[in-house]
Amino acid sequence: MSGHSNWPEWVYIGVVVALMVWVGAEAWEAERLVEHVPEDAKTIIVTGQQWFWTFEHEDGTKEIGELHVEVGKAYKFEIHSKDVNHAFNIHDYVVLMDAIPGRVNTVWFAPTDVGTHDIQCREYCGLIHYNMRGTLIVEDPKA
Amino acid sequence: MVLELQKPRPIWQIMFSTHHTDVGLLYLISSLAFLFLGGSLALAIRAELFLPGAQIIGDAMTFNRIFTVHGTTLIFLFIIPFASAVGNYYVPIMVRYKDMAYPKLNAIAFWMIPPAGALIWLGFADFTWYATPPYSIISAPGPAADMWIFGLKILGISSVLGAINFVVTILKCKHPDMSIGQVPLLAWSFLSSSLIILVAIPTFAAALLMLLTDRLGVSGFFNPAMGGDPIAYAHLFWFTFHPEVYVLVIPAIGMMYEIIPRFSRKPIYSYNSGVFAFVLLSIVGFSSWAHHMYATGMSFTEKTVFMVGTLAAVPASAMHVFNFVATMWNGRIKFSTPMMWAVGGIALFFSAGAGGVANAAMPLDFTTHDTYWVVGHFHLFVMGTIAFGSIGYLYYMFPYVTGRMYNETMGKVHFIMSFVGTVLVFFTQHVLGLYGMPRRIFDYPPIPEWIAMNQIATVGAMIIGVSMAIFLANMIYSSGKGKLANTEDPFGIGGKYYYPFEAKNPSH
Repeated sequence: MSGHSNWPEWVYIGVVVALMVWVGAEAWEAERLVEHVPEDAKTIIVTGQQWFWTFEHEDGTKEIGELHVEVGKAYKFEIHSKDVNHAFNIHDYVVLMDAIPGRVNTVWFAPTDVGTHDIQCREYCGLIHYNMRGTLIVEDPKA
Repeated sequence: MVLELQKPRPIWQIMFSTHHTDVGLLYLISSLAFLFLGGSLALAIRAELFLPGAQIIGDAMTFNRIFTVHGTTLIFLFIIPFASAVGNYYVPIMVRYKDMAYPKLNAIAFWMIPPAGALIWLGFADFTWYATPPYSIISAPGPAADMWIFGLKILGISSVLGAINFVVTILKCKHPDMSIGQVPLLAWSFLSSSLIILVAIPTFAAALLMLLTDRLGVSGFFNPAMGGDPIAYAHLFWFTFHPEVYVLVIPAIGMMYEIIPRFSRKPIYSYNSGVFAFVLLSIVGFSSWAHHMYATGMSFTEKTVFMVGTLAAVPASAMHVFNFVATMWNGRIKFSTPMMWAVGGIALFFSAGAGGVANAAMPLDFTTHDTYWVVGHFHLFVMGTIAFGSIGYLYYMFPYVTGRMYNETMGKVHFIMSFVGTVLVFFTQHVLGLYGMPRRIFDYPPIPEWIAMNQIATVGAMIIGVSMAIFLANMIYSSGKGKLANTEDPFGIGGKYYYPFEAKNPSH
């Protein structure tokens, strides 16, 4: 058993604890800011079902597999599921939220550049999970 | 010290034995068989993902079944039974008792594993090792799904029986001259992990029954169409299976505590901090389960609580790493095969833990969750840490079990190839996750970065596959034809670094 001094271990543990406190504090601060939905965000209802995504804009227009949004505006997604669990994911904008039947989850984003990005399902949902994909098209309304 | 009787016996004498080393041998052989079965499924998965499009697996359903059975097999039929094998061989000897506390219960706990393994393999379910509801309730094809549920049920009971046996053996059967503070750290690791099992498993046992009745349509616990909630299942599942992560890793750390001091020819740096870290891990392991669920729509407060609970486990794990490094410091280290595996395992444990901190930080988790990052992350634990510690320990106990030496060169080649392969597969998968590739997908779009990284990972997996073939050949050949081991000091370290007590319990 240890008859020797343990001080290097305590110093080391102190450093690890300090690191964890720093990581936790930074994460807390970042998440707090990220979760704050802007007042003027437009709502898009996202519905996942085996194995495609449906989008409904505020004005009632519906899209399947493709989502058109305008650059520079904020959008709030209300995510539903019709059958099993899915996860709505636009990886390029770090948009990720599970679509769970019986629940409505929300997440928001504001596209900054014109272009197209992949939409995919990131929660296992069965046979065609691998191809439950879509396209986000960010457009400039003035163009 | 000889752990197994060298005199050849008919196989039925071992199968119907309740002696702890015989049951240990049964655990050992069955767990290794499942290691090779589950590992070959991994190679099939990697071969399929080498390029976009269907390669060797015909359809998505087969692929989904393969990764489900791969995970279930390696967690429940390799890692846990392998730890039980080591515990059966060593724990009674370490606490100086003639056998496990309940020898018949011990044999029963083992004999529940083959039927459970048969249910899982003959069923070949497709709903992931998480058995995700409501998919598993309304969509997953039977009878595979039901067979999986029954298989897991049996394995859960087997784990609980084994855990009771370890707790009683260590706490009640240890030699009266021995205080709990003198019990070796390997035995402490079994005490900690067994206590976690006893607290954690009943929750999942209940969830499994609810899943089964949901599938039968007589209840709707997790089925939203009947007013249930899939998130309830997520909580019940992870309340068992986050602590279960520590059930898997703690015995592997315990095995490293046997190997590192011996091959460094030094006493362990701090026995007390090892014990403290085991106990701390088994408590804080219960405070982090919902970090698997950040993206299910949890509130900011919930996420914060589980992030803090997760980060709280880091110092305890870091204490083990410190203890290993401080033990090796200034030691006269002999890099025999077991030591190479243990040191490699510690390096990968550190890498896995560092990646885990990134997952725990809430905003980063939304980048990594359910991508290949997570696959790489937990494989660094289950393969890089737990399998490395276990395989190292297998080499370490090999001369005591068989009375013969394994081939040292083949052991070292096995390690080097496995280490390189593990780094290639799982470090690459971390990066692949950052590029957004979801886990559990049969096919992927031809994105150049995804293709490149999948190919690196597949090459790494094939290197591991070849090294495992070398391992199998070494084990089979050496156990029959290897040169006789000097069981007083098989590794040529100097005898005083081994256990002083004569260790051979009588048969009964």
